[in-house]
Amino acid sequence: MKVISIPPILEERSFDAVVQALADAEGGRFLFDARPLRWVDPYGMLGLLAAAEVAGRGGERPVLQLPKAAEVLSYLGRMRFFNYAEELFEIHGAPRRSRGGDSASDVLLEITPIREYRDVHDVVDRVNERAIEILTHQLHYPAREAWQFGSMLSEVCQNILEHAQATGWVATQTYSRIPQLDRRVVKIGVVDLGIGFKGSLAGTHAARFGDRWGDAAALEAAFIHGLTRFHDPGRGQGLKQIRKQVGRWGGKVSIRSGTARIADVPDWDDAPPLEEKLPHFPGAQIGIVLPARSQA
Amino acid sequence: MTDVPRDVVPLRFELSSLVTRSVASLYSHLVTRPTGRAVRLGIESQISEIGALCLSILDFGQVAVLDYSCADETVAKLILRYQPDDRPADAYFVARGLAEHHLETIEAVLERHDLALVAELESGPTLLGSVDAEEMEVWTAVERLGRATGDEVAGYLGVRPEEISRPLDSLVRRRVVLYREASGLHYALTPLAADV
Repeated sequence: MKVISIPPILEERSFDAVVQALADAEGGRFLFDARPLRWVDPYGMLGLLAAAEVAGRGGERPVLQLPKAAEVLSYLGRMRFFNYAEELFEIHGAPRRSRGGDSASDVLLEITPIREYRDVHDVVDRVNERAIEILTHQLHYPAREAWQFGSMLSEVCQNILEHAQATGWVATQTYSRIPQLDRRVVKIGVVDLGIGFKGSLAGTHAARFGDRWGDAAALEAAFIHGLTRFHDPGRGQGLKQIRKQVGRWGGKVSIRSGTARIADVPDWDDAPPLEEKLPHFPGAQIGIVLPARSQA
Repeated sequence: MTDVPRDVVPLRFELSSLVTRSVASLYSHLVTRPTGRAVRLGIESQISEIGALCLSILDFGQVAVLDYSCADETVAKLILRYQPDDRPADAYFVARGLAEHHLETIEAVLERHDLALVAELESGPTLLGSVDAEEMEVWTAVERLGRATGDEVAGYLGVRPEEISRPLDSLVRRRVVLYREASGLHYALTPLAADV
């Protein structure tokens, strides 16, 4: 059995180590050793589910060795991680399943699969009121701007349905601080294992990029230039609106697809705006961080 | 009070309830492209039943969240459908009940397609979307006058008629001013929508 060591902090950047370990292993059964895990965000959690699905494509379900930290287990339970992990992993240890009705928790949106447009409506219905409350009272955004959160969440979920041609997951969570920023933030993770941006745009845009065509070029085309595979000029604007809104709030938005990652990087983060030659991972993984206003 | 041309049939679409009716679910938010498409088809269906010159009020008063994709399908594609000469019916649109957080989304989809839309805001009537300064000036004059010939609009602005012919023709072509060839009158849309 091949061991994939889960880093103590599992988020967007450290998820690359999980992907690298998956890429380095050549088939066989996997053990995801999450015992050291002390902190995980929505992106990391969804990434772990996606990695399990990829690892299981060889035929055997991977094994998950649960984190030792009780608070991490509790948090994973509240995020309903185990509801989905139990389908993908053989779990060693005793997971804490959410009993539901967790309205008093600090979870903004538990892990939610996006399979059809109805799921997008459900997400917006469930989250909108609470998100506005958090964005206005905890992040100190003006109310008129906080209302855009539901719209942004809807667009990022629709991205799965319109471009991935596959099921995906979304989750969001508030934190009092993150390693890069000593401020309250809202984090959104959206992960799918679909055809990725290169696959989505290849038929309509690959030819004119010539030798430059690849994951990075596809991400630039969609993220910077708003290109889509649709000929309708109204398409491809969802990401643009998300970038505009996140930029206004001093936040970060990044998309990893295939072997590349592109990001709008605020001054509080030191990630590069474009990364290439990352270990390959299918689909697209989107991370959004919305920080509290600095004067708060 | 502007005299309403006798052949104008007013229609009011309360969009939130139309969402429910069109997609047969209790959606309280205008989000996703399929929802926008369903709403637009519902509006188009009712306009086609009228079969006459139609002034349609798009009422966003009960809409909480409006995303870009849904606005593109509902608003932009609706206006695009009734702009060309081969349009299925003679329809004009006025937006009502727009909250501040809707405006940016509506403006974005209108500008994307180089469209304009008359809106009744709390601050008064306005023209949203892709509009230049001359068009805005002439549109504002027509709104103030309620109805007027081209010469009367020019007189109100203190300019020669030929100086406003381009923006006035553009406003008529973009269907944010209603023009009746028989009378030579240009009608502002918001006074026509006042009783709807």
